[in-house]
Parts: sequence; structure tokens; C-alpha cells
Amino acid sequence: MFKTLLLPLLAITLVTGCSGHGQRSLYYWGNYEAVLLDSYINPGEAPDEVQIEKLTATIETAKKREHQVPPGLYAHLGMLYLRQGHTGSGVAALKEEKALYPESAVFIDGLLARANLEAQP
Amino acid sequence: MNVRSLFRPGYLLPLLALLITGCASQPRDYSALQTSNPRSILVIPPQNNSVDVNAPYIFLSTISLPLAEKGYYVFPVAVIDQFLKQNGLPTPAEMNNVPLEKLQQYIGADAILYVTIDDWGQQYQVLSSVARVSSKWRLVDGKTGALLWSGHAYAQKSSGNSGGGLAGALISAVAAQIVSAIDDPTPELSRTANLHTLYNPYEGLLPGPYLRAKLEANKQASQ
Repeated sequence: MFKTLLLPLLAITLVTGCSGHGQRSLYYWGNYEAVLLDSYINPGEAPDEVQIEKLTATIETAKKREHQVPPGLYAHLGMLYLRQGHTGSGVAALKEEKALYPESAVFIDGLLARANLEAQP
Repeated sequence: MNVRSLFRPGYLLPLLALLITGCASQPRDYSALQTSNPRSILVIPPQNNSVDVNAPYIFLSTISLPLAEKGYYVFPVAVIDQFLKQNGLPTPAEMNNVPLEKLQQYIGADAILYVTIDDWGQQYQVLSSVARVSSKWRLVDGKTGALLWSGHAYAQKSSGNSGGGLAGALISAVAAQIVSAIDDPTPELSRTANLHTLYNPYEGLLPGPYLRAKLEANKQASQ
């Protein structure tokens, strides 16, 4: 899976990175797309706990490399935590998504409000 | 200019771009996209006209990366899917018919990407197999529904027939069928197709705000 993700990133770098510095991708993707694929296609191999573990590892690596976590990853993690009944972690992850990406505010606020977890900020 | 200088990087890159994209036709009209200037994109789970029931979800697992690296906020595909299912829309067919006002109210995306999958999966002939992905895309304004950009994502890969005569070809075709049950080639094909569609220098999607900000910062740093 790592190899298959490397190619698109390389291609993107080639296409977008011709203008000098900072040739790395905008985001560190780690396991996010692999988790998405597994959760749809091999749900047996991707129970929520395993997904949480992989996404948490991706966030750790991103932090270590001082690279940004991609859009959607924290929200996905938040959904998993909530499904597992870890309300505190779930709310924190959803709020992290909104803090990183204000574009998600309408959706995230709505999720929190409807789940009666927290009203508007 | 001698032949050798053609292979210097300065010439090679445009040449490569030309090879990838073929002869450019009319430049695309980006005025609607530029006027709308979306920051965020909601990808609706694709309408599926292929026989592979997994196709919409394989597609969804390969669209966030290239779209976000293009500089847009991409709504979390699995969270959106769960949200729509929990609200009485069990399949992509129904999800594609939600009125814009509802999407605007609950999700608030600047732009919405509607995808129709025409062809997806592997076809086996006696001696070889061909894997193919093909989908049509429409990016529309989240408020007005105006068309901002469109694309056709397509990729295919043949396997088998790798020498060894008829017997060898037969064995490899059978082997490909066995392997493919475990190792589906469509996710990788889908990544390739999505990249080409979004990053095509003549018809691709324009850079979104996050990429534009980075390119701008790079420019300033190099001055």
C-alpha cells in the first residue's frame, strides 16, 4: 500500500513542484487512504480499533516530520471514536478537524449538535 | 541547437507534458470556476453504472489525496457516507439526488463533485485480462449548481500474454484471475486516472486555495 501511495505523490511533486523550493506534498497521508479502502472493501480486517490505531500512528508521524495532517483525517478518527463510545476523544478529534480546516465548520458543528455532544461554540 | 540539448531538463519537461496530454485542443474556459473560487469540495459517493458493486467505494478511497493536494478542503468521504446513510439515503443512487439546499444546510460545501462510474473492473479473455476504470465528473457550485469544471477519468491495464507461448499465456491468465481475487488492480488504476484528470495541464482542475498559498510562499521565498 505504501508503494501505491508513493507513485501519485511523486507524480504530484513532478507536476506541481517545478517552481523551486518546498517540493514536498501539502500533507502527510500515511495510512489514511489505505484505511478508507480497507474499511470499505475488507471490513473484517479493518475494525474500528485497528483504524484508530493506524490513523493515530499517521498523526504521530506527521507531527514528527512537521508535516500537516490531511483534510478529513481527524474527522474520520472522530467518527470512529464516537462509534466506539469514546466520547471525549471523538469530540476532541472533530474539533481538531474544524480548527485545522474552518471549511468544515458547518458540518462538524452540526454533527456535534445533533449528537447532543456540544452546542455551537 | 543540437539533438543533445533537447534532453536537457528545460526541454524535457514540456516535452514530457506534451507526451502525456497529447495535442492540446482549445484551452478550457475556467471563468465559472474562477468566479466561484471554491475552497472546499464535497465528493458525493459515485453513481454506479458498472457491474462492480465496490466501485463507488474504491473510487472514494482514491479521490481525497489528489483533490486535497490540488489545494482544496475535501470533506471526509467516509464520515459523509455514514452521515448520508444515517439520514435515510442507503445507496449512492439516492445520495446523488439530494437537493443542493439540503447539502448546503448540513454540510456547507463551496463546490460539489458528482461522479458517474461507467466502467470498472476486470474482463477476462482466454489469454489475457484487461482492467479498466472509467468515470465522468461534474464539479458544480454548492449554492447555484452552476457547472464549474468537468472531467473524464480513465485508465486501463492489460495483463497476461507475457511470452512462453500459448501454454504459458494460459497459465498466466489463470494466475491473473486467481491473484486478482486478492489483489484488485482497480484502486491503483483509479489513482492513476484521478491524477491525470486533476493534473492535466490543459484540462485539469485549477489549484485551490491551499496550493495557491503554498506556491505564493515559495515564490516569495525564492525572491
